[in-house]
Amino acid sequence: MALLEVESLGISFGGLRAVDNFNIKIEKEQLYGLIGPNGAGKTTIFNLLTGVYKPDKGTILLDGENMIGKKTIDINKSGIARTFQNIRLFKDMSVLDNVKVGLHNHHRYHTISGILRLPSYFRVEKEMTERAMELLKVFGLEKEKEYLAANLPYGKQRKLEIARALATDPKLLLLDEPAAGMNPNETSELMDTICFVRDNFHMTILLIEHDMKLVAGICERLTVLNFGQILAEGETSAVLSDPQVIKAYLGE
Amino acid sequence: MKNISKTTKSNCITFGIVILAYIIAEALIQTGHMSSLMEGIMVPLCVYVIAAVSLNLIVGVLGELSLGHAGFMCVGAFSSAFFSKCMMTSSMPEGLRFFLALLISAATAAVFGILIGIPVLRLKGDYLAIVTLAFGEIIKNVLNAFYVGLDSAGFHFSMKDAIALDMEAGGTIIINGAQGITGTPRSSTFTIGIILILITLFVVLNLMNSRDGRAIMAIRDNRIAAESIGINITKYKLMAFTISAALAGTAGALYAHNLSTLTASPNNFGYNQSIMILVFVVLGGIGNIRGSVIAAVVLTLLPELLRFLNDYRMLIYAIVLIALMIFNWSPKCIAFRERHSLKDLLKGKKNTKEV
Amino acid sequence: MSFISYLISGISLGSVYAIIALGYTMVYGIARMLNFAHGDIIMVGAFVAFTVSSTLGMNAALGVVAAIVVCTVLGLTVERVAYKPLRQAPSLAVLITAIGVSYLLQNLALLIFGANPKSFTSVVPVPALKLAGGQLTISGVTIVTIVVSIIVVVVLSLFVKKTRAGRAMQAVSEDRGAAQLMGINVNGTIALTFAIGSALAAVAGVLLCSAYPTLTPYIGSMPGIKAFVAAVFGGIGSIPGAMIGGILLGVIENLSKAYISSQLSDAIVFAVLILVLLIRPTGIFGKPLNEKV
Repeated sequence: MALLEVESLGISFGGLRAVDNFNIKIEKEQLYGLIGPNGAGKTTIFNLLTGVYKPDKGTILLDGENMIGKKTIDINKSGIARTFQNIRLFKDMSVLDNVKVGLHNHHRYHTISGILRLPSYFRVEKEMTERAMELLKVFGLEKEKEYLAANLPYGKQRKLEIARALATDPKLLLLDEPAAGMNPNETSELMDTICFVRDNFHMTILLIEHDMKLVAGICERLTVLNFGQILAEGETSAVLSDPQVIKAYLGE
Repeated sequence: MKNISKTTKSNCITFGIVILAYIIAEALIQTGHMSSLMEGIMVPLCVYVIAAVSLNLIVGVLGELSLGHAGFMCVGAFSSAFFSKCMMTSSMPEGLRFFLALLISAATAAVFGILIGIPVLRLKGDYLAIVTLAFGEIIKNVLNAFYVGLDSAGFHFSMKDAIALDMEAGGTIIINGAQGITGTPRSSTFTIGIILILITLFVVLNLMNSRDGRAIMAIRDNRIAAESIGINITKYKLMAFTISAALAGTAGALYAHNLSTLTASPNNFGYNQSIMILVFVVLGGIGNIRGSVIAAVVLTLLPELLRFLNDYRMLIYAIVLIALMIFNWSPKCIAFRERHSLKDLLKGKKNTKEV
Repeated sequence: MSFISYLISGISLGSVYAIIALGYTMVYGIARMLNFAHGDIIMVGAFVAFTVSSTLGMNAALGVVAAIVVCTVLGLTVERVAYKPLRQAPSLAVLITAIGVSYLLQNLALLIFGANPKSFTSVVPVPALKLAGGQLTISGVTIVTIVVSIIVVVVLSLFVKKTRAGRAMQAVSEDRGAAQLMGINVNGTIALTFAIGSALAAVAGVLLCSAYPTLTPYIGSMPGIKAFVAAVFGGIGSIPGAMIGGILLGVIENLSKAYISSQLSDAIVFAVLILVLLIRPTGIFGKPLNEKV
């Protein structure tokens, strides 16, 4: 069975059918791309998958478990984590603390232990710091751990967001335009990082991206969205040579 | 582990400042170098420090604006004074009685913290501010119309007047409407106040550097992102409000047991009082706990030190307030300061953030 | 019959709240700040009218005009000196500044006029109206207050909708940055808003003190807070909202004073506010706030 199975998902805003009859199947450890022109409804799909919006139609199964009607936090607990197109870091917290918040639901001690500094506080905090540092190392952020997130350069902020999402130990990672605003060097470094995450964390990744070099370089399968509907779906190379897709991107 | 040791160091400095200030003040009192007027404001000083630090938990750590903090103090003050008054005839030792009164004040205020926390979950920004203000005013207003008496038949309640209590002869009126509670034992001392400050700092600073504190700050910085990584917004907002309210409640108890007559007048528990505490928090630096302590002390002492100016002192206080804000935030002043590198003189500026 | 009389005096009180709330709401809509000093402008307006008409013994109408002029100038000055430098500052810093201005005005008034309450002579020359065979008396102040508030709301709505300056106000409150790019004089528009709000506060001050003739340096703060509540009630930024919020507030306050408890009337007003906001988190006419993800 596929890790993520979405069938005939749809939502309307006012009179606009923002997403209609959207289907997707993502296998475990697949690197899947969701592309399409601006306003095609890609981010809306992320918002539907993470419970920010409630779909008016369709099913979402993660590892066979129904996600429809669940709250964002429960969907995260079930195993979907995401990043945001307009970076949403905890900007007045340190880089390390950003990741540690991501570990919140996996490393626990009681509020009382935290306030009274009982032994479990020190034990669990140590675990959390170690785990967070491991994640920061993957993204080459270990030197900046004490920086405020807001003071990181743009490219590193994007990486920190991925690290934070990974800290929640998801089954499925949703990346919303991870390469936006990056220069070619940063992008190719990011491509390596994404592949590294997939291989070493055995992660399944769905990403939205406009950078075709990144999409063609690392995605195994693609779904193309246009005006809220699926325009094409399939292996990356086949989709990218589809005349309909080229038309949608380049215009008539 | 460098990160932890750095915050620990900073926290130790905060505790150190409080203890040092206590030793100096105590030395001045013992050697008779402090005027009785100043000695008299030592306990209120502790009250305001606790109030400011606890409000900073809501404003600085959770990032919500509250204009009803005096309401929590009011609840704490009345519940604890009520308890102490009822227990005065029993043989309970004073220390234990005051300790229990403090616990009761914290618990009652915490309950109100949860109550006010519920609208907090639905409202944002200025709408929330006005609801907290309304809440504080309701508490003050209701207490002014609240009568409780005790006689051999037990407690009597009324929302009308003392006569409506319908008491037996020999019964005592404990809460007498707008006249409040009279004859509360004066159990508050400067030392107890300092101990309560240290406890408040301990709770707030340790909370901020724990898993729960990080969750609260994450909600402040970006609610949507916090939700996306599985942080329970409801739980942590309520937690912040409840802990803050409980601490403010103890400040209220300290206040109540420093006076023989406790009334819920606009001067001690009105929105003006809430605003004054907010001024401490903002001037001390939002989210900066040490700043709150210092600002509360300086701004409580300032009007006292300006007493020789008589009628002009509140005027000067107001001008100082406006000038400080403009000096801190006006683009021209910021540019001027950068040119003349006076920046280091300005405490709290760096940690201040938009809410 | 007594119910109707309580209702009418409630509407009258509410009309004063509405006029103050209009100032609050317009300033909030455009400058995005809670102008806590707004209530104290009311007090200044009342004191100016009092000084001109009672102390100097001049014509009452002159007193009203003087109050409006002084308050407008005061509002503009406060905006220029205290608020304008803080346009980019965090909202809390602006809030504290407004509180500072409020303290400043109160204490200035205290220095000039002293703490003893002054008795304000009504400046309204309209005689009381007797209805239903003398069973129902409506005072002249009540009539004038209601009429004035209706005129104010109508004129203000037309001004905002029909004039260039009014449309500039709408644009600035919608998106300050975009308005600036479209060539709107943002600073001028904000100043104009403060001027109008302060002039309204002066009118409210005169009306308030004509109905409740005790004048102290603190009379502005409670009506100011109540008007703020009224503005929130109706939905901050909405002109009809401020009007309806103000009147509802006045009516609720007066009726609960009459039928429930005079001590608890404020508590009831605030409790209703909390309930309204729980049901409609941005007030009756407020736009819902949705954050785009």
